[in-house]
Amino acid sequence: MTVLTNTLTRRLLADDAQPRTGAQSSARPMAARPGAARPETARSRAARSGAAGLGAARREVATPRLSREALIGLLREAGLTGRGGAGFPVWRKLAAVAGAPVVIGNGSEGEPASAKDRVLLTYRPDLVLDGLRLVADALGARESHLYLPADLLPHLAAHQRAVTLTAAPERFVAGEASAVANAVAGRAAVPSDRTARLAQRGIVVQNVETLAHIALIARHGPAWFRAAGTADEPGTFLATVGGAVARPGVLEAGYGVTLAELVDGAGGATATIQAVLVGGYHGAWVPARPDLPVSRAALAPYDASPGAGVVHVLPADACGLAETARIAGYLADQVAGQCGPCVNGLPRLADALMRLVHGEPDVNEVTRLARSVEGRGACHHPDGTVRLIRSSLRTFAADVDAHLAGHCRANGAPR
Amino acid sequence: MTQRLHIDWTACDGRGLCSELLTELLVEDEWGFPLARDGASEPAVPAALTGVAEKAVRRCPALALRLLR
Repeated sequence: MTVLTNTLTRRLLADDAQPRTGAQSSARPMAARPGAARPETARSRAARSGAAGLGAARREVATPRLSREALIGLLREAGLTGRGGAGFPVWRKLAAVAGAPVVIGNGSEGEPASAKDRVLLTYRPDLVLDGLRLVADALGARESHLYLPADLLPHLAAHQRAVTLTAAPERFVAGEASAVANAVAGRAAVPSDRTARLAQRGIVVQNVETLAHIALIARHGPAWFRAAGTADEPGTFLATVGGAVARPGVLEAGYGVTLAELVDGAGGATATIQAVLVGGYHGAWVPARPDLPVSRAALAPYDASPGAGVVHVLPADACGLAETARIAGYLADQVAGQCGPCVNGLPRLADALMRLVHGEPDVNEVTRLARSVEGRGACHHPDGTVRLIRSSLRTFAADVDAHLAGHCRANGAPR
Repeated sequence: MTQRLHIDWTACDGRGLCSELLTELLVEDEWGFPLARDGASEPAVPAALTGVAEKAVRRCPALALRLLR
């Protein structure tokens, strides 16, 4: 894998980023919600982002209209993958679309550790709307929708005529593609059983960051897009860096950026780093290896992937098992309530992990329950939860042993 | 071509009829929901079991089963 560029860059979020509405009208911009992550604006990074062509993103260039074939060809050449988590090649999804589709921009971001879609919709809704229009025009869409948290609706209200705005419920699984399709159709925002891809049913759900990249690729071309990232995983992504860092927030970087660069970009670690949760609550724990690149290829050995760009730093004085049990409990609370194995299994699984944290010597119960829920739901909620828990048993293997012996390594004291 | 048994988990309520009919393919998990013996999400249905599988699809009280090609 050749790393072409892994300096932190500014494409989606300009250095002088101000909240925008994307409207040319006098609609008032809305400030980011207090406490919500804000994009970094450090001048120092502007100096480091000097890779070729990056400055071009800041010029206002009109987004051209493209035919279906032209758009698919462009995105294939660019190698753009979905930024919502699954990382599916965008051109393949668009090529699979049947008929005049319903196109939906998904900005619901049900993942609690992620703030990048909120930041993007707050600061660059113009890019999201451009990308949505481009895809809708190219595919001859019969409907265009933007699905986003209720509190962001007023911010986008000026565009009510161009796209239909739908409020996303604050639930983890409400952002799953079939749940999104259900929500914009007026049904409950819960996943559906699927035997065919949504695209084959004429429904295109794209993460809002993916749409913003599409707008920039249309303006600046595939070669410009590929100047960042790695040869196999081109382009930039928005990372939400949180946990034990001085300035938690949203950064943009090329795939292949190292954990250390992302942590530095967020003001540096506030404690010795024990491990890093990559990809979010459906992601995986990886060891604190500063030189570890954030790319699918580099993270694959850990059964991890960049996912939707979450990088959460666990300090040395925290217990990774207890933290995982807390997240597992949250994920168990977030089941949609439709699928028996998930409804019954996830609370049991979270409970088994919590009992392990409290020193009950039955790690086999955790692995057994994990096997019994995996792959047995309409969506990947059970699978993502299992992935997280398995990664915690690997990354915190020494902690498992310590807990079984009645100690916690994090605080050094007997539990 | 081998068919696969698809379970609509949003519809299945664990009556257990399929596990009884397709004992070679399915067991009941601890909550009564069908669990493929081979751990697959959509277990392959051997040709010899096609007839029984079709019967399970027809008789599922929750209409939660489908055979996919």
